[in-house]
Amino acid sequence: MTDTEVQVGDLVEPRPEEALETEQRVDRVTVIRPSPRRPHLDVPELWHYRELLGRFVWRDIKVRYKQTFLGVAWALLVPIFSAVVYVVVFGKFANFPAGNVPYAELVLSGLLVMQYFTSSLTGSGVSLVTNMALVTKVYFPRALLPLASAIVPAVDFALGLCVLLPLMAYYGSWPDGPEVILAPLFLGLAFVTALGAGFLLSAVNVRYRDVPHMLPAFLPILPLLSGVPYAVQEIPEKWQWILAFNPMTAVISGWRWAVLGAGAPDWGQVAVGVAVAIALFVGGLAVFRSSEPRFADTI
Amino acid sequence: MPVAIEAQGLSKSYRIGELQAGYGTVRESLVHATRRLLGREHRHHHEEIWALKDVSFEVEKGEVLGVIGRNGAGKSTLLKLLTRITTPTEGRAEIRGRVGSLLEVGTGFHPELTGRENAYLNGSILGMKRREITRKLPDIIEFAGIETFMDTPVKRYSSGMHVRLAFSVAAHLEPEILLVDEVLAVGDAEFQKRCLGRMEDLGESGRTVLFVSHNMQAISQLCDRAILLDHGHVVREGSSGEVVAQYLQTVGGTGSSRTWTDLASAPGDDLVRLRSVRVVDDNGALIDAADVRQPLGIEVAFAVLRDGDPVLPKIKVYDSRGEVAFNAMDTSSRWDRPSAPGDYTATAWIPGNLLNEGLASVDVGVCSLGAPKLRPHAGCNDAVSFHVQDPGEGDSARGLFTGQWKGVVRPLLEWTTEERESLTSGPPRRQRV
Repeated sequence: MTDTEVQVGDLVEPRPEEALETEQRVDRVTVIRPSPRRPHLDVPELWHYRELLGRFVWRDIKVRYKQTFLGVAWALLVPIFSAVVYVVVFGKFANFPAGNVPYAELVLSGLLVMQYFTSSLTGSGVSLVTNMALVTKVYFPRALLPLASAIVPAVDFALGLCVLLPLMAYYGSWPDGPEVILAPLFLGLAFVTALGAGFLLSAVNVRYRDVPHMLPAFLPILPLLSGVPYAVQEIPEKWQWILAFNPMTAVISGWRWAVLGAGAPDWGQVAVGVAVAIALFVGGLAVFRSSEPRFADTI
Repeated sequence: MPVAIEAQGLSKSYRIGELQAGYGTVRESLVHATRRLLGREHRHHHEEIWALKDVSFEVEKGEVLGVIGRNGAGKSTLLKLLTRITTPTEGRAEIRGRVGSLLEVGTGFHPELTGRENAYLNGSILGMKRREITRKLPDIIEFAGIETFMDTPVKRYSSGMHVRLAFSVAAHLEPEILLVDEVLAVGDAEFQKRCLGRMEDLGESGRTVLFVSHNMQAISQLCDRAILLDHGHVVREGSSGEVVAQYLQTVGGTGSSRTWTDLASAPGDDLVRLRSVRVVDDNGALIDAADVRQPLGIEVAFAVLRDGDPVLPKIKVYDSRGEVAFNAMDTSSRWDRPSAPGDYTATAWIPGNLLNEGLASVDVGVCSLGAPKLRPHAGCNDAVSFHVQDPGEGDSARGLFTGQWKGVVRPLLEWTTEERESLTSGPPRRQRV
């Protein structure tokens, strides 16, 4: 095995040119102290680790469809298949109200956002346990893991748009006007909601492995509670206000309004959804940050 | 000299309940919470233990500091604190310079990704920037010696290739401060050896190293200074030679000799009582530590108080992990008949090249034979302990190898080798070209 023989001395010879590399060579002082009582999100630190965040996202995207036969086509097939089922079951048989938008378009637009949300939530909810080997062996801000898991499904979402756009062309329904620029904001609301819940669940999952069992029980009914197979504006107002406490209701109706030119959502209801999403994010983050110091001990 | 690592009063407590049940289900917690509310269960299972208590030390730039101590003394906890995997309960530490650690070799490798992709992933996890990895990649590949497999998924690698790539990435981190845990630096013997070699070179090239190890030889060889941890406290700090010597003396809690001056309170019954137990070399001199190659004796002195059943001495030797290495008793015919009242000194001779390195502890007893068990008359568990050491001169079972050498025993075997001409190499006596 002489070809693989290595000289230990090779790697430790100090190389003068590297001593000049200021980026790493400045005296970096690491202070180790008890975790602060009041948890907060250390944004400068997250910024410092941005490259690792990118690396985690890249890793998960890379391995997402490895060793699959259809590969990335799944990102298109899953929403198409689900949309067909929804159209047949809820559109044809149950006659759910669609408002002023073709039913297939209504369902597909809702499903894409919903699938982004469920993937983000599931991924970030189990992210710490999935990456247990990292959590117990090396330091980095733990928030990177749920954060990366909430970003990765955006790729599937973007691919899913490749199904939605031809459908919009087919029905000739284009965004009505300038409100289309608000579309990213509604997607951002889905991201914030998923991440907030993801922070909470991933921290809980470190101690109690109930999360992966709980999610499949809860997630299948979520589309029905978020207006995926119907237009929220078309149902009795009392129910609209109850559904408003689910931020995904605001996300889906707002997204349809911005992109498909569907009826505008009730802004009061949207405000409720946003408030719930922010509360979820702040609460989830607080739980995450306060249990973060013990992750490696309890996981 | 500027200080590279400065720790002040570092402490870490765990709740015992947490250690025993790392995680449970929500239901279990609810059950416990309900019981507490009803007053049926006290909070005693939340008792705290200090894995590390008030640990302070300084490591100067360019110094190699050894950390030694028994299992559970807090060494691993200290490393976990310094690498920020977990946070201290009290105290603080400052580390000045870029930190790398060899306790995380290969952490974060993803089996589906190729060697090249994993080099980037692992490098980022260890704290390298992308540009830096790109620049060092040719070196990393060359060092690992797996050029042709860099675009193969790591799941198809042999474990040796896996370790080589992982080590190569970690080796190119070029930290100013290196934290090494020998126990966690898993890998084959070759890899262990490379770790030790690298440590030595790092120390010589002026890097700061903190080295946690059970290998006393490596500590005294590589480290300038050492600290001895016991039950989470620093009990000794000084030159590595001194600290290692103290560790070897105190570890195990028992020394290499024990004497009971008062016969009435010595272990035993109305037939036999122990007088003393000593670990001796072949000249009969008391020793703490034995050369692995030399025989040593366990000398058991006891008094027979009256006429009675025939008795015989026995010993039971444990290795440092508490495994029984062997049992032995004197089966000679002199113990077949009842022994006359009086003092006896029996010595069991343990041959050289039998026990492995480390701390051995000994139970002694004087028993009578009875079915189905031996009937003890006098006995003392953990009576004495002694250290088995290998000076590393190359004539023991480990030869010149310096890495971890597993096993309860370490016999120096006789090897025979037969060499046959290969069938494909043609008629005998002809040289292959």
